[in-house]
Amino acid sequence: MHNIFVYCEIDEGQVADVSLELLTKGRKLANELGCKLEAAVIGHNLKGIEKEIYPYGVDTLHVADDKRLAPYTTLPHAHLVVNLFEKIKPEVALFGATSVGRDLAPRVASKMRCGLTADCTSLVIGDHKDNKSGKEYKSLLYQIRPAFGGNIIATIINPETRPQMATVREGVMKREIFDKTHKGSLKTIKAADLLTDDLFPVQILERHMEKKKINIKASPIIVSGGYGVGSKENFELLNELAEVLGGEVGASRAAVDAGYADHERQVGQTGVTVRPKLYIACGISGAVQHTAGMSESAKIIAINNDPGAPINQIADYSIIGNIEDIIPKMIKFYKKNTK
Amino acid sequence: MSFRIIVLAKQVPDTRNVGKDAMKADGTVNRGALEAIFNPEDLHALEQALLIKEERKDAEVILLTMGPPRAAEIIREALYRGADKGYLITDRKFAGSDTLATSYVLSMAVKKLAPFHLVIAGRQAIDGDTAQVGPQVAEKLALPQVTYTEKFTEIKDEEVTIRRRLERGVETVSTPLPALVTVHSSAAQCRPRNARLLMKFKHARTISELQEETKDYTEMLNNKPYLQIDEWGVSDIDAGEEQLGLSGSPTKVKKIENVVFAAKESIVLSSEDNDIDRLMKELIDSHVVG
Repeated sequence: MHNIFVYCEIDEGQVADVSLELLTKGRKLANELGCKLEAAVIGHNLKGIEKEIYPYGVDTLHVADDKRLAPYTTLPHAHLVVNLFEKIKPEVALFGATSVGRDLAPRVASKMRCGLTADCTSLVIGDHKDNKSGKEYKSLLYQIRPAFGGNIIATIINPETRPQMATVREGVMKREIFDKTHKGSLKTIKAADLLTDDLFPVQILERHMEKKKINIKASPIIVSGGYGVGSKENFELLNELAEVLGGEVGASRAAVDAGYADHERQVGQTGVTVRPKLYIACGISGAVQHTAGMSESAKIIAINNDPGAPINQIADYSIIGNIEDIIPKMIKFYKKNTK
Repeated sequence: MSFRIIVLAKQVPDTRNVGKDAMKADGTVNRGALEAIFNPEDLHALEQALLIKEERKDAEVILLTMGPPRAAEIIREALYRGADKGYLITDRKFAGSDTLATSYVLSMAVKKLAPFHLVIAGRQAIDGDTAQVGPQVAEKLALPQVTYTEKFTEIKDEEVTIRRRLERGVETVSTPLPALVTVHSSAAQCRPRNARLLMKFKHARTISELQEETKDYTEMLNNKPYLQIDEWGVSDIDAGEEQLGLSGSPTKVKKIENVVFAAKESIVLSSEDNDIDRLMKELIDSHVVG
C-alpha cells in the first residue's frame, strides 16, 4: 500500500501543468520503487477529470467533488488530504510549489508531523546510513534543493516519517505522457460526510485571476536569442532547447524588432531583468542594454560565431560556432547524459 | 482587553548580498561573514501590525523571535519602529530545528501570550525560502491561516478582511479571529526607525546581553522596566524536548554542496562533439540543469 502520491491542482477547470509534471516524475519513482502511483483531485465539477490524468500513469485516482471545495481554501483541502493519507499511507507525497501547494503542504505536514522539503529541483531514490545509530535506510527520497539564496545545494531526507513530502515548482520537472491508453481506478472521497462547518472559517469574497502569461522572470533557465540567430526558423531551435532543459525562451531587443520573438520575452534595459540559474545567449553580441538585464544570471553560456563579441567577456562558457550546429548537439548530449 | 497582535520574525544572514568578503578562496560562501538582518518579509509583517495599531488605539504589537542571543537585535529594530514589546526565544536545545520543530517552539511561545487576536509573520525567510513555518504554526495552534497577505482591508473586533496576492491574481477573503496571517513582499514597506523610539529603546537588553555588558544597567532597568527584553528558554514555554532541535526534526540534511562561483574567466569551447558533451555533463553534474 505504500505508494507515491501526487496532489493534483485544478487551474481553470484543468489539471495544472505542475501537477502533470509531478505525475510524470511520480510515475518514474513508482516504477523504480515497484509501487503504484496514486493521485487526488479535490474541487468542484470534476466529472471526466480522470481522462486528463490517467495517461500520466496514475493507478488510483481519488476524487473529492463538492461545491465548497472550489475555489481552494486551506482547511477543507488539508482535512481531506490528511484523512486520505491516514488511509492510504503513502511513502512519498508531492505537491506543486504554487500558491496553493505552498499553503496546503505545510499544513498537512504539520498535522502528520512529517518532514517536508520546499521547492525541490531534483528528486532521486537512494539509501542512507545514519552514522550515529548505524541504522540503514533503503530507498529513501533524496529531496535536493538550493538553499541559502542559491549558494548551496542541500540533499534532504526524511528517514523516519511518512509520507516523505516535497514541493516542486512549475517547469522544473519534465512532463511526459506515460501511456495514452493507460487506465487507473477511480475512488470517490465522500466529501459531504467528511466536511464539517468548522472547516470553512475563511470566506472568499472576491477573486480576480489573470490569464496565464509568459513569465520568463520566474524561469530558472533561459535560452535567449539575438539578431544573430538569423531567422524565425532558427529561433525554433531555441524553443526546442528551452523545452528540453525545462526553460523559457528570451530575446534581445534586436531579435524582437526583427520579429523573431514576442515583446514579452525581451530581456534587457527596455525589457525584463532576469536572474536565472542558467542563461544561454545565442547570437547575442552583448550590448550593455542587453547585459544590464541578464548579467546577474548565475551561469552564462554564450553561443556566437564572433570570438570577439562582448558577451564572451561576461560568459562562463563561450562556444564559438553556428547555432544551427551547436544547439542540436546540446540537445543530443543533454539527453544522452541524463539517461 | 487589548487587541493583541503577535509578529513572528527571524534574523537571517543576508543571502541577497553576497559580497567579495563573504567569498572563501575556493569560491564558496562564508556564511559567517554575511550580515545578519531582519528578514525582509517579516518587516512587511511588522508594518501590517503597525498599520493596525494606527487604526486601533487598543492594539498592542508584540514581536516574537526564535534564534541565538544576538537575534535580540531585531527586537530592538521592531521597538524602534513602533512595536510595544519583544520576546526572544532562545535555547541551545533549539539548535538544528527544521521548520516543523521551529513551528512547534513558536506555537508554544504564542500560546504563552494568549489571548491574542492575530499572529502575523512574513511569508518566508530568505535563508531557506520554505514558506512553511507560518502555515505550520497555524496548524499547531488550530488557527485559520491566510497566506500571501498584501493588505488588511478591514479590521473588526472578531473578523478581518484581507487581500491576498496569488501567483496569478488577487483574492479577498475574510477570516474570524484569532487567525494566523503571512505577509507577501508586495505589501507595504516597513516604516523607518522613529527617532524618539530609538532614544527610548536603544538600551533595551536581554538578560544574556546584560551579562556581556560592562556598564551597570541595574538602576536604569529599575527606572525603566520596559528596557528589559524577556528571554524564554525551553522550560519557559513548556516545550517537550522530544519535539525540538534535531530530535524533533523529521527532515535531515544528508549532504550540502557549495555552489562554486568561479571568477569570470570564460572557458572557450568549440562546436566539436566532445566539447559540447563535456559542457552538458558539467551542467548536469553541478545541478544547473537536469
